[in-house]
Amino acid sequence: MNASIFQPLHKYASLMHFHRLSKAASPWVAWCSAALFVPGLIGGLWLAPADYQQGDSFRIIYVHVPSAWMSLFIYMTMAGAGAVALIWKIKLSEIVMRASASLGASFTFLALVTGSIWGKPMWGAWWVWDARLTSELILLFLYLGFMALQNAIEDRRVAARAGAVLVLIGAVNIPIIHYSVEWWNTLHQGPTVSKLGAPSIDIAMLIPLLLMVGAFMTYYAAILLIRVRAEILSYDRNTAWVRELVMAGPNGR
Amino acid sequence: MNEFFAMGGYGAYVWSAYGISAIVMAGNVLLSRRAERELLTRLVERYEGEAENDAET
Repeated sequence: MNASIFQPLHKYASLMHFHRLSKAASPWVAWCSAALFVPGLIGGLWLAPADYQQGDSFRIIYVHVPSAWMSLFIYMTMAGAGAVALIWKIKLSEIVMRASASLGASFTFLALVTGSIWGKPMWGAWWVWDARLTSELILLFLYLGFMALQNAIEDRRVAARAGAVLVLIGAVNIPIIHYSVEWWNTLHQGPTVSKLGAPSIDIAMLIPLLLMVGAFMTYYAAILLIRVRAEILSYDRNTAWVRELVMAGPNGR
Repeated sequence: MNEFFAMGGYGAYVWSAYGISAIVMAGNVLLSRRAERELLTRLVERYEGEAENDAET
């Protein structure tokens, strides 16, 4: 028999509870994401008028800007979860941080690649060592460094703590990315949406962008729930509740 | 319709940006679900193995 089942139940209750909650929420989040993607794509690729300067090439904005925002949002989520993990040693926050990393890296990669594809026709270059681009590239290396660290350390809880320290140190890069277009004279255009008061973007262009940002956010949430559930089962694999759940078969899970 | 795909001459740029995004995002869905399935298979094997050991002793 496994010794861990004799330990107090509350120790596992939060992961068990979250697993059940997440299972129930998952399909709703996934459908929400799909319901935002459809009008976002139709609006962005079709209904929004072509830009008066950039023509139809500006439509790349609908994948580029949400990817770039997610690259920052996921990093901040990881930094927040990392701080909680270091201070209170909460397992769930370690799991959220670890499960987010490769998604953050994916979105950073997409922000860089779609930006490069957009830059070629507009700036005449695939890449420039501009402050915004360079700091976003450093963000990609931070994600990859975090992932390498997780793979290198066998003990998950030690790996999570080391990763949290790395993420918190790297967080200094986040304001640099955000303000790079204001602090330095960059080739990258300035903010058009987040400017306080009146965004300098046409409403017919803005609505699909907001829909796509919503779609990307819910997409992240949907994938995160799947990964967190798997990590929870893996973390708690020696407990009775995981054993019961897994052995109950696909319908019981 | 051809006009739509041409994207005012920027078709190659626009569609490759959307194509790469779709591949990466769909890839993350597939990889996450596959990882979940593989973990469950591993756990079932492990628990079944433990049950056999318990039965023998």
